[in-house]
Amino acid sequence: MSALTDRVARARDTGDWSALAREIPYAAWLGITVDVQGDEVVVSLPHAPMHVGNATLPAVHGGVVGALLEHAASLTLLVRAETVVLPKTITFTVDYLRSARTVPTHARAVITRQGRRVSTVRVEAWQDDPAKPVAAGHGHFLVMRDGEG
Amino acid sequence: MTHDDGGPEMDFTAMLPMIDRAFRENVPHNAALGVQVVQAARGRVTSKIPWAAHLVGNPETEALHGGVITTLLDAAGGAAVFLWFREIPSIATLDLRVDHLRPTPARHDLFASAECVRVTRNVAFVRGVAWCEDPQNPVATMTATYMLGTRGRPVV
Repeated sequence: MSALTDRVARARDTGDWSALAREIPYAAWLGITVDVQGDEVVVSLPHAPMHVGNATLPAVHGGVVGALLEHAASLTLLVRAETVVLPKTITFTVDYLRSARTVPTHARAVITRQGRRVSTVRVEAWQDDPAKPVAAGHGHFLVMRDGEG
Repeated sequence: MTHDDGGPEMDFTAMLPMIDRAFRENVPHNAALGVQVVQAARGRVTSKIPWAAHLVGNPETEALHGGVITTLLDAAGGAAVFLWFREIPSIATLDLRVDHLRPTPARHDLFASAECVRVTRNVAFVRGVAWCEDPQNPVATMTATYMLGTRGRPVV
């Protein structure tokens, strides 16, 4: 069992996923945090000056919003035990719905299909109001279930 | 594709150092990632993010996080749209799809090129490709659309 797989198993046992989120260098660099309450997984991006893409609006870089969505989808698959290893993104699509202002952004994912090899996930990001998403994404992820590989 | 507005051709090679600098100075996140513009032509850009350990998405393989690839492709796509025009418009990404063809190899710089496929009054259609070692062996491809003339001043 690899160190990362071990950490996933430990997070699943303890219900504390924050340590795992910190193990992923890029997510830690962006300051992404994960909050798991029962079935609910909310992945959050704090505001930081280095996240800004358009300084005149100002707005968060579209790539950072895309990264938050993809990371939220990936973590949700891990938390929901869809996979024992980090899911591999096959395709990921982002619809940009509103300009993401320089405030914290949150994302929540819904697993729409659980396949044996591929899981399909929809995910939305919002700021103050979940009813007004700033971006929506969907992706297909290669997963590995327990006992395989 | 060529200029169709009757004006003189722009010398993008001569403008490259200025374009490269502008994309970091006016876009804080590009500066944070160390994004460089390494080639520019009308409606076409190649950009680069130098390897950095904090951009890794899988600490065991040291493959870059998909978000880094998305960000560089989005930045290159936006830059390609800017360089379609003589006067830089304000733009906003409408949608973007990335196909991750293979994991990135450990400890390699990431490159992405993007080009405008068609530009209309309201929308620019862009495709892009990302690679590490060999452009013929891409790690990801992108299809994106950008809205033109959105609110806010141009970022560069």
